[in-house]
Amino acid sequence: MTGPRFDDLATGDEVARAEFALTRDSLVRYAGASGDFNPIHYRDDVAADVGLPGVLAHGMLTMGVAVQPVVDWLGTAGAVRDYEVRFTRPVVVDATDGATVSVSAVVGALDAEARTARVDLAVTAGGTSVLGKARVTVVLDR
Amino acid sequence: MPVNPAVQGRVFPPVAPYLVGREKVREFARAVRSENPLHHDPAAASAAGYPDVVAPPTFPMVVQEAVIAQLLAEPDAGIDFSRVVHGDQRFAYSRPIVAGDELTATLTVPSIKTLGGNAMVTAESSVVDADGAHVVTVTTTLVVRGDA
Repeated sequence: MTGPRFDDLATGDEVARAEFALTRDSLVRYAGASGDFNPIHYRDDVAADVGLPGVLAHGMLTMGVAVQPVVDWLGTAGAVRDYEVRFTRPVVVDATDGATVSVSAVVGALDAEARTARVDLAVTAGGTSVLGKARVTVVLDR
Repeated sequence: MPVNPAVQGRVFPPVAPYLVGREKVREFARAVRSENPLHHDPAAASAAGYPDVVAPPTFPMVVQEAVIAQLLAEPDAGIDFSRVVHGDQRFAYSRPIVAGDELTATLTVPSIKTLGGNAMVTAESSVVDADGAHVVTVTTTLVVRGDA
């Protein structure tokens, strides 16, 4: 078994950190994988028509990549029990330069009886927070 | 047409069962930029005690797309897709999803709130496996912008 032990965790520990470079290709790939083909995620003209600052990453792509560093940290030592976010700001993905999403995952609370840890995610793009109340609750096997 | 508050409390018919394929799990994992062996390698998943590759935590959106489409297509709901913004999202699991699962989602609309001209519509899908056992509840809050 690889991954953390409950008794080794403390509130405030940063357990994972990662950066994801998103490009238009990433958005098209996510559209195909998820079935969300809303054109605001790949067409500049449609995004402009509805008053957006540019083509946006799917909120669910940002939510999806943000949890994976926690999944990797968890390894085979437990499972994700609950994951929630609020979409607070869009991630604009420039056709040439893309966008970078940064994730820091910190233990926010521990429940010794349930052997669960709440891991709070700070998720930013261009230095601005893009997800609010981003929380992953994991249950640990040991 | 504004969002119809009478849709609150409505229970929709279950959507057609979704069979989770191994390649779909791998495709979705690649799309969320994961190389984690639990999502890709059946042997690694098996060594960790799972019957097949494990789906990433946000995978249920693949099922939820059909559920949200069902809500948007409801004739009296009054939800104009061009005015919809994704507000909140939550997944509450009883167990991880693995390849081979046959998932059935049933949509309910527990809450519709109006706030300053916008409507907040909560769509909740209870997802069960072929035995009828709960796997995950997927809660999507849509913000439907008003005319103002």
